Amino acid sequence: MRKAFIDTLVELAERDPRVLLLSGDIGYLALEPFIERFPARYLNCGVAEQNMLGVATGLAEAGFVPFVYSIATFSALRPYEFLRNGPVLHRLPVRVVGVGGGFEYGHNGITHYAIEDVAVMRAQPGLTVISPADYLQARSALLATWDISGPVYYRLGKDAKTLIPGLDGRFDRGRVQITATGDDFLILAMGAISREAVAAAEELRAKGLACTVAVIAEVNPAPAEDLAVLLGRFKAVMTVEAHYLNGGLGSLVAEVIAERGLHCRLLRRGIKDMPAGFSGSEEYMNRSCGLDRGSLAEAALKLAGRGE
Amino acid sequence: MLLSITPYGIRKIILEQSKRANVGHIGSALSVADVMAALYCGVIKAFRTKEPERDRFILSKGHAALALYAALYLRGFISRLELDSFCADGSALGVHPESSLGCVDFSTGSLGQGLSMAAGAALAARLQNSPRRVFALLSDGECNEGSVWEAAMFAAHHKLSNLTAIVDLNGQQAFGYTEEVLSMTPMAERWRAVKWDVIEADGHDVAALAAALAAPPADRPRVIVARTIFGRGVEFMEGKIKWHYWPMSDEEYALAISCIEKLK
Repeated sequence: MRKAFIDTLVELAERDPRVLLLSGDIGYLALEPFIERFPARYLNCGVAEQNMLGVATGLAEAGFVPFVYSIATFSALRPYEFLRNGPVLHRLPVRVVGVGGGFEYGHNGITHYAIEDVAVMRAQPGLTVISPADYLQARSALLATWDISGPVYYRLGKDAKTLIPGLDGRFDRGRVQITATGDDFLILAMGAISREAVAAAEELRAKGLACTVAVIAEVNPAPAEDLAVLLGRFKAVMTVEAHYLNGGLGSLVAEVIAERGLHCRLLRRGIKDMPAGFSGSEEYMNRSCGLDRGSLAEAALKLAGRGE
Repeated sequence: MLLSITPYGIRKIILEQSKRANVGHIGSALSVADVMAALYCGVIKAFRTKEPERDRFILSKGHAALALYAALYLRGFISRLELDSFCADGSALGVHPESSLGCVDFSTGSLGQGLSMAAGAALAARLQNSPRRVFALLSDGECNEGSVWEAAMFAAHHKLSNLTAIVDLNGQQAFGYTEEVLSMTPMAERWRAVKWDVIEADGHDVAALAAALAAPPADRPRVIVARTIFGRGVEFMEGKIKWHYWPMSDEEYALAISCIEKLK
């Protein structure tokens, strides 16, 4: 995703001199295409993310569109109050790019796991929060939002190969993207973990449970109308996210169900407990939290009343 | 009518408005009355509205907003009606300044954030080949924040000579004297160590401040370490921790007004 994102950013920078790229000393083997093409519009701000957000605020106020880039924990969490009192409060077009939502930084451990970023980001009014599911959607999402007037948070995965079947890179503001249809059960997914959700749906179909699967890439503002229509059609839904259970996609869906008075049972699949004291590959960590396709399929069968 | 911006005029408004609204932060605002006078007497190219080519000013010590409002009023950028709404329900003029006011560039109030925004504003001016300058006013207690030094290093590294910071060195912070809370001594040396051009000045000498503000160096940002007295001009407030938060009684207000008359 980040490669597609940077390649697309180069295209945008060709068109618009307001686009700048700021990095918190992160981005080796990722940012080079931009740096080589626009050396004067790239700034390594050093290991100082708070200042980077503050600098971006000053640049945006003067008319620039600065993209600030780091690992998601460092771009979203460390300078959070700078984001709140800067781009959010002043409604400025700063773009915070966070790489590696969920367990993408595998063996690096919990300091590198962005698993509450969506919760804190979507709390901010006027901050658009985008978590694409694959690299083609990352590109579409960037093309659709890079020039909007307020701030944006992009939560990007590192996977540059996997495509979500049925997604075809679609991204429409304020909408969910349906990747598969079925009348028995609903699965809603956010981010790169959508690949496990989609794979689980395929397993479920083989077992006779036909699922509708939708990707929610724009988490804030929430695609509430689309969600309400979808949720109204099903008795049960499972949300899938590489994020703590509190505050992310599952919480968002719970809000829609409760506020609309929908009769849809919700199962939130995400990260329950703090993953401290152990680490491992992304696959291992996802499995340990029940976010692998097998565990998801099993949970869905149980919720749908067809489990063992 | 064009009102003249004098330290006395700023102090009088600080006292009047804080009394009317029954709020504190009086000592912090009085501390920078002379700095505000020096800045708004002609150093800053300021406007009532957000003209793109205006200089930028960031009151990083946002709790001294009343000193800023006073200068903006005396400059004719906000009306008497607006000034008199200070701390009223629904007013745009709160204890800390907000950029919803056309003549306030950045909202502040959380310490340690203003210098980063100022550095970004200065970098923007350079990238746009603009002669705009950027000014940021910090408190000495604010320099406890590590982010101040992130911004200081950034501005020096990028040789942002269009950026001028002023540190209000009054030796006090909310809950004690800086020397007892978290010593920043020697303040000037700390800024020299991160490669800023440093001028130490009497923070109550408007002419000296104006001179230090007027001619920035060519190759680095400048900081004016302004030696000030907390509560300056109101003798019973000077150097007293209490006046970071306390509002004035009627008797204290009358006495305070009589004190500043001596500075007229």
